[in-house]
Amino acid sequence: MPFTQEDNSLMDSIIARYPRSRSAIMPLLHLAQARDGYVTNDSINTIAAKLNLEAAEVTAVSTFYTQYKSAPVGEYHVGVCINTLCAVMGGDAIYEAVAEHLGIGNNETTADGKVSLERIECNAACDYAPVVMANWEFYDNQTPQSAKDLVDSMRSGNPIPPTRGPKKLPTWKENSAVLAGINDGRAGEGVNAGPATLLGINAKKEGK
Amino acid sequence: MSKITPVLSAAWDQADSFTIEAYKRNGGYQALAKALDMKADDVINIVKESGLRGRGGAGFPTGTKWSFIPQGDNKEHYFVVNADESEPGTCKDMPLLLANPHSLVEGIIIGSYAIRANHAFIYLRGEVTHVYRRVLQAVEDAYKAGYLGKNILGKGFDLELTLHAGAGAYICGEETALLDSLEGFRGQPRLRPPFPAIAGLYARPTVVNNVESVASVPSIIANGAQWFASMGTEKSKGYTLYSLSGHVNKPGQVEAPLGITLRELLELAGGIRNGHRLKFWTPGGSSTPMFTDAHLDIPLDYEGVGAAGSMLGTKALQIFDETTCVVRATLRWTEFYKHESCGKCTPCREGTWWLVQILKDLEHGKGTPADLDKLLDLCENIAGRSFCALADGAASPIISSIKYFRDEYIHHLENKGCPFDPVASTLFATAGGVK
Repeated sequence: MPFTQEDNSLMDSIIARYPRSRSAIMPLLHLAQARDGYVTNDSINTIAAKLNLEAAEVTAVSTFYTQYKSAPVGEYHVGVCINTLCAVMGGDAIYEAVAEHLGIGNNETTADGKVSLERIECNAACDYAPVVMANWEFYDNQTPQSAKDLVDSMRSGNPIPPTRGPKKLPTWKENSAVLAGINDGRAGEGVNAGPATLLGINAKKEGK
Repeated sequence: MSKITPVLSAAWDQADSFTIEAYKRNGGYQALAKALDMKADDVINIVKESGLRGRGGAGFPTGTKWSFIPQGDNKEHYFVVNADESEPGTCKDMPLLLANPHSLVEGIIIGSYAIRANHAFIYLRGEVTHVYRRVLQAVEDAYKAGYLGKNILGKGFDLELTLHAGAGAYICGEETALLDSLEGFRGQPRLRPPFPAIAGLYARPTVVNNVESVASVPSIIANGAQWFASMGTEKSKGYTLYSLSGHVNKPGQVEAPLGITLRELLELAGGIRNGHRLKFWTPGGSSTPMFTDAHLDIPLDYEGVGAAGSMLGTKALQIFDETTCVVRATLRWTEFYKHESCGKCTPCREGTWWLVQILKDLEHGKGTPADLDKLLDLCENIAGRSFCALADGAASPIISSIKYFRDEYIHHLENKGCPFDPVASTLFATAGGVK
């Protein structure tokens, strides 16, 4: 798919955020994923030309960071935290259950292209362990059953909404655009804080 | 008297706490107006006098860091926020930004004014889209309200603020790797000196501060250095966010003065989950050597935790009860460090790989007791021999778990496998225990 005039002006606006253009590589790669779902060779060449770099320099960056995918992922990319605390609290069991349920392994996608699976590291939500992320939205306090229900809901086209996130789970491409800095107007949706976040101030109200 | 001192978290129970309206309703952006009426050096001095120390792990005095920026040097200065929260167990900055991103934005404007920077950046980890949305909206709203951009509040100070998403690399939480990443390179640590205060972003004088440190600044400007310094202990001043996770009845965030103990925090968290007892815990993320039930009364401040042989780190208290296999926990953390090693320094890149091989064998009951000494020997050859502290962090759980639980490692060998039932340690376990 050729890059449109709109793609081009979006790229220019991203570059304009930085004192030096090379700093725009990362948001431009997020933008590439918003366009194609992953980082295509076309995108690498376009970004390189835009920033006056060699394609190899852009590839060196895109291959360093795990969020940039070199092959398509699912419309819903599911990450199960398997770092120690989540793993112990049930993340290992959740990962196994979901992988078996979907019949796919780490970094694989279902044949219908709906769901992909990844073993992820700590996602800064340990007080809600075990945690599952979908398109990098929080699903707190998961169980093997709730995670299977979640991926089933994705495959049927009506995903269960995140615990602390927008009302409706955006697609992988939609959320990649957000990470490129494009405001989707959904900041006001969802809770401001989950119950664990409020532990201290609720305890204080109880006179503790 | 209550041990809880909500400042940053004070308004988190208001449903709209993340909006600019709520932040202003609760007194937000008044500290900014006050700071812009002060001399920049005086702002630095107040932060210095408050005793605020970096909340991202290292505990370096924030005001002192600001004072290292050379002034009158005719160079651009940059103010960079490290919002790449990824240290295992650490979960304070993300809920803070979800609930109140404006406290960070206000702190950034004050900090940038103090160090005389006209461009600031928030380097936010990329795997938290809704947090990104909230921060982006806050930045846009702050521009609209005249708190960012040209001639802020008519006081002649200009500031651009750029929000930048990372893309899944723990190493970018290390400040020089973060700067390389922000410049558009692979995130790999730099050799220091020069420190970022002299040659940071684009080789210009740069402050890199943690989210919580920066978000604490408006309260210090509003209430004064003495108010802040009246909380905490002699050398660890102020309030801070403690994050409790794992085998407690009520995990979550508690804002309390530095120096509170785990025993006190556990009381607020409803204790260890029912029918179980504390086995081991980290005071500040997986890179800080673990403690046991013998350390319940250690004051959780920089000095207290240091004197007991660990580090306060990010105050990420990961709590594990007696159903948890310490070898499994250590192996998993080690796999994390291996995965996240950026590959720049040989001791870390190769060493973490070997640590995983040996620990895997031990967890599965293979190997010999001599492997424990080999692990410790390897740790000695990895820690302190790389550009950054990732390798030191990798050694911490291994050295400390062998120190406190050598018998459990040996038991794996005698048992020819792990004696624990992983189901028993899960959140959804109904029964179980040691096999």
